[in-house]
Amino acid sequence: MLAAAAVWWALYHWNRPFWDWAMYDSIGLAPDSHWGSGVHFFFYDVSKIILLLSGVIFVVTVLRSFMSVERTRALLGGRREGVGNAAAAGLGVVTPFCSCSAVPVFMGFVAAGVPLGVTLSFLIASPMVNEVAIVLLFGLFGWKITALYIGSGLLIATVGGAVLGRMGVERWVEPFVFETKLRGKTIDPSLGMSWDDRLQMAREEVASILKKVWPYVLVGIGVGAGIHGWAPEAWFAEHATGAWGVPIAVGLGIPLYSNAAGVMPLVEVLHAKGMPMGTLLAFMMSVVALSLPELILLRRILKPQLIATYVGVVATGILATGFLFNAVI
Amino acid sequence: MDIKILGSGCTNCQNLERVTRAALAELGIEATLDKVTDPSEIVSWGVMSTPALVVDEVVVLSGRVPDVATVKHLLTAH
Repeated sequence: MLAAAAVWWALYHWNRPFWDWAMYDSIGLAPDSHWGSGVHFFFYDVSKIILLLSGVIFVVTVLRSFMSVERTRALLGGRREGVGNAAAAGLGVVTPFCSCSAVPVFMGFVAAGVPLGVTLSFLIASPMVNEVAIVLLFGLFGWKITALYIGSGLLIATVGGAVLGRMGVERWVEPFVFETKLRGKTIDPSLGMSWDDRLQMAREEVASILKKVWPYVLVGIGVGAGIHGWAPEAWFAEHATGAWGVPIAVGLGIPLYSNAAGVMPLVEVLHAKGMPMGTLLAFMMSVVALSLPELILLRRILKPQLIATYVGVVATGILATGFLFNAVI
Repeated sequence: MDIKILGSGCTNCQNLERVTRAALAELGIEATLDKVTDPSEIVSWGVMSTPALVVDEVVVLSGRVPDVATVKHLLTAH
């Protein structure tokens, strides 16, 4: 373990000097040319993001192996709306959750008596406040932006779930959801694991996530490298800073399906070109929080009216965040 | 042996099926393998974290895709 941590640190530390040497000194690309800076950015950023991701996912998976949706459900059962929404949003961040489990989790929560609005707070917060995004934001932009991101994500999830709960959206949930009974004995995956199991699980998770996200990372950084090397800053200053930037960013983000790791290189390079942070955060949040595949899965248990309202409420929250950040930062 | 894989058909569920088949082949165990994709039925097993592995009507694993050795261990321990 210690050896692996040391190797990781050394690779991360020597990443920039290595690519400076390989691209500029060895191959002879010019640091101030379009090609030179674009290609250098691509290789440097790919290795940096992959290293950060492996480290982050490993540590987060070990920590999260002590939590589970089963435990979260037990903590949320019987909570009233309000406090329950805030608790659900907070737990949504720390509970291991894959959007492919959204349907069983939704049904399991409702079957155990967790109020609908509280369940929705959990479902909003879980993808929106993403641990990979937190660490990458912190590494690239510092703690202030990161804190704003976490705070606004929690607020959107808490308020969004509470609003949906108040609207009485039960009528827009497929009736069979309320008829589901729990007959099996619930097993809690976070219990009965040894440290070896947890470390093993973290290694599996790193491999499986990297396998899943590497195309997104390559595309994200490739586009980022193109912008980095070629797009003139004047163009962005002129076109990307208007009031329409935020709604356009959110609108683009909903159908785009990527993940925090793929979006972050784009955010990094667009920010360097002078695009406002609020617009970029709104873009990132709408990409990760509202994904078409998850909505299609949820359609099996939620009627279209509720799906539309859900998207509307979350998108409104993200829009408000974007405008607020642009005004504040 | 009667084995069920609970999951909506996502990548992880396919991975669990692949790993389980490999484990069965290595152990040389004869088994029927069913896939349960109906969310009501998955939830009624008490499972929320998919994919999950059910061996002879008992949930033995939930919420992750283990390696072949772990599944072999679970199958023989059962």
